[in-house]
Amino acid sequence: MSVLDVDNLRTTLNLNGRACHVLRDVSFRVAEGETLAIVGESGCGKSMLAMSIMGLLPSVARITQGHVVLDGHALEKEPERAMEKIRGARIGMVFQEPMTALNPVFTVGAQISEPLRDHLGLSRRDAREAAIELMEKVRIPSAASRYTSYPHEFSGGMRQRVVIALAIACGPRLLIADEPTTALDVTVQRQLLDLLDHLQDEGRMGMLLITHNLAIVAGHADRVVVMYGGDVVESATVRDLFRNPAHPYARALLASLPRVDRDLSELASIPGRVPPLAGLPDGCRFKDRCPHAMDICEQMPPPTEMPGEAGHNVRCWLHVEGGEHAADG
Amino acid sequence: MLLTVDALRVIYPIKRGWPVPGTHRLTAVDGVGFSVDTGEALGIVGESGCGKSTVARAILRLVEPSAGKVVFAGVDIARLPLRRMRHLRPKLQMIFQDPAASLSPRMRIGAALAEAIRVHDIAKGNAINDLVRNALDEVGLPPNSVDRYPHEFSGGQKQRIGIARALVLSPDLIIADEPVSALDVSVQAQILNLMARLKAERGIAFVFISHDLGVVRHFCERTSVMYLGQVIESGATRAIFDAPAHPYTRLLRSVSPVPDPERTAAPLVFEGEPPSPLDPPGGCRFHPRCPFVTGVCRTTMPDLRPVAARQVACHHAESLPANEDAP
Ligand SMILES: Nc1ncnc2c1ncn2[C@@H]1O[C@H](COP(=O)(O)OP(=O)(O)O)[C@@H](O)[C@H]1O
Ligand SMILES: Nc1ncnc2c1ncn2[C@@H]1O[C@H](COP(=O)(O)OP(=O)(O)O)[C@@H](O)[C@H]1O
Ligand SMILES: [Mg+2]
Ligand SMILES: [Mg+2]
Repeated sequence: MSVLDVDNLRTTLNLNGRACHVLRDVSFRVAEGETLAIVGESGCGKSMLAMSIMGLLPSVARITQGHVVLDGHALEKEPERAMEKIRGARIGMVFQEPMTALNPVFTVGAQISEPLRDHLGLSRRDAREAAIELMEKVRIPSAASRYTSYPHEFSGGMRQRVVIALAIACGPRLLIADEPTTALDVTVQRQLLDLLDHLQDEGRMGMLLITHNLAIVAGHADRVVVMYGGDVVESATVRDLFRNPAHPYARALLASLPRVDRDLSELASIPGRVPPLAGLPDGCRFKDRCPHAMDICEQMPPPTEMPGEAGHNVRCWLHVEGGEHAADG
Repeated sequence: MLLTVDALRVIYPIKRGWPVPGTHRLTAVDGVGFSVDTGEALGIVGESGCGKSTVARAILRLVEPSAGKVVFAGVDIARLPLRRMRHLRPKLQMIFQDPAASLSPRMRIGAALAEAIRVHDIAKGNAINDLVRNALDEVGLPPNSVDRYPHEFSGGQKQRIGIARALVLSPDLIIADEPVSALDVSVQAQILNLMARLKAERGIAFVFISHDLGVVRHFCERTSVMYLGQVIESGATRAIFDAPAHPYTRLLRSVSPVPDPERTAAPLVFEGEPPSPLDPPGGCRFHPRCPFVTGVCRTTMPDLRPVAARQVACHHAESLPANEDAP
């Protein structure tokens, strides 16, 4: 059974009175013990997706269609008070900037014990002991003596370990990590990603790994969803996507990556750039940058099709049987 | 050689301590040397805080080096009075990670580029406009960009403007400090391709600073790897990344993600983070994190010396076990 089931989700932003779909009919599932990567360039809606799932959308945005189902239980209509409980206990969150999750005036120990007392009802003493165990679990050296340290006494990487400890404290079913290592050096990045892999495996959590970095996806995810302009343009197992990318955007993105292990003659580049939200075209949102754009791409958003392997979905008119004629009929 | 940096040292005075802060000396760059030839790109890689930007700033005299030589086109510019640096400045340009930082928000692009040309007395009258138009064309920006302000451009376009501003001065060398780090990959590829063209067609040399080994492999013929203010390995990029010799280069290489799910990464044997340059470890600076450490590493700082067709600063460079994932 899937831990998370996002079904036909649409999130709409009010931009000065104009409704813009920042997520357009997004669907995917995350199974127990599985890591699903959400990948795409900046502005494609990755963080909006995370916020939609967690019920943390800014006031100008709301879910206007579809469902977010956690363990068989729909979240999109839950009142804020119920969501607060769910976020503390059943969904763990890790963001790019650890200080968004930490309070600078409290010790890290106090902050990690708080959810243990609130959600699990542990006594002060038991919570302290459990917090130290959690700090050891995320490999903070000399955890017991650092219980009374403040966040500013930690390096960026160590702070992110504290956030991870906080995120897994109540044994969540789902871990959402939005660019968790983007601001960090590659050595620390690798340590943290290995740690997340290990914890997720041990706790059988589902993990949503949100990143702009396809190389990270290759090494740390089971399946991957590629987003562009608020659409899921392709979803597949990681191996399938890297071997047989189908969507022109996914193909171009993979061909534009420099590699440390291999010489490439020239990097493919995608002309233009991601348009701002208000400037997204109505049909296929990639059409203005696509070398294969056809008339139909202008007129209608493409449906999601499964042209090849089972579980490999593509949202592109090129992959719709007779797609180029759909405009006539 | 177009540029030779030798035994460069930069010290920042910093205030630290409690209750009365004292002035301490932070040696951000400690004995760095490398050289760059015309039309060649030298990569400088290393983790944040290892001194990459300080090297760039010292070459341009944006910070004063406390020791060492920076010989550019035959002149040691580390000691030159600043007023005599002026006529060399156009030949030695810099582009930054955040190009907006070097553009005035209230100045149209055309005026900003024209001013750079005037300040350095490169051209006069109509010739200025021609230079500006050619440079914008060369970096792929439309002619009407001259009438627009920096905020009207995307990140990738701003980086093109930064490059155009360097180009109007016909530089021989561009120091590029993380020029594509803030860009999305599709735009990063556009800018890298543009810079590669300038290198090949105009023979412009680059000192290219980046924390991304993949980008450096793609752009730079040679690479220097820095750790805590020192160069610990230096040589042909391909040789260094295919068979890194120094244990730190091996670490960097093994943790750099490869966009290929068929290649399983070697297990990570290193823990820990780089120590502070305020209090660097004695002996080899990498010894507290090195899996191959012996007694001599704790007491004696290794010199950069030739090993396996490159320069390596490691006492044990010849006797380390072979690389696991060498091709
Ligand atoms: N509070 C907001 N108000 C208006 N537009 C927003 C807001 N937050 C995000 N957006 C827009 O929504 C789109 C998706 O943003 P986001 O989800 O943050 O992208 P990503 O995380 O993939 O970089 C972008 O076009 C962004 O500019
Ligand atoms: N203006 C400054 N004053 C004091 N210390 C500085 C200054 N600039 C950089 N440093 C310190 O010098 C070291 C090297 O910094 P930097 O050259 O910026 O490294 P990198 O570019 O490799 O990240 C770091 O420890 C940094 O904190
Ligand atoms: Mg985001
Ligand atoms: Mg820097």
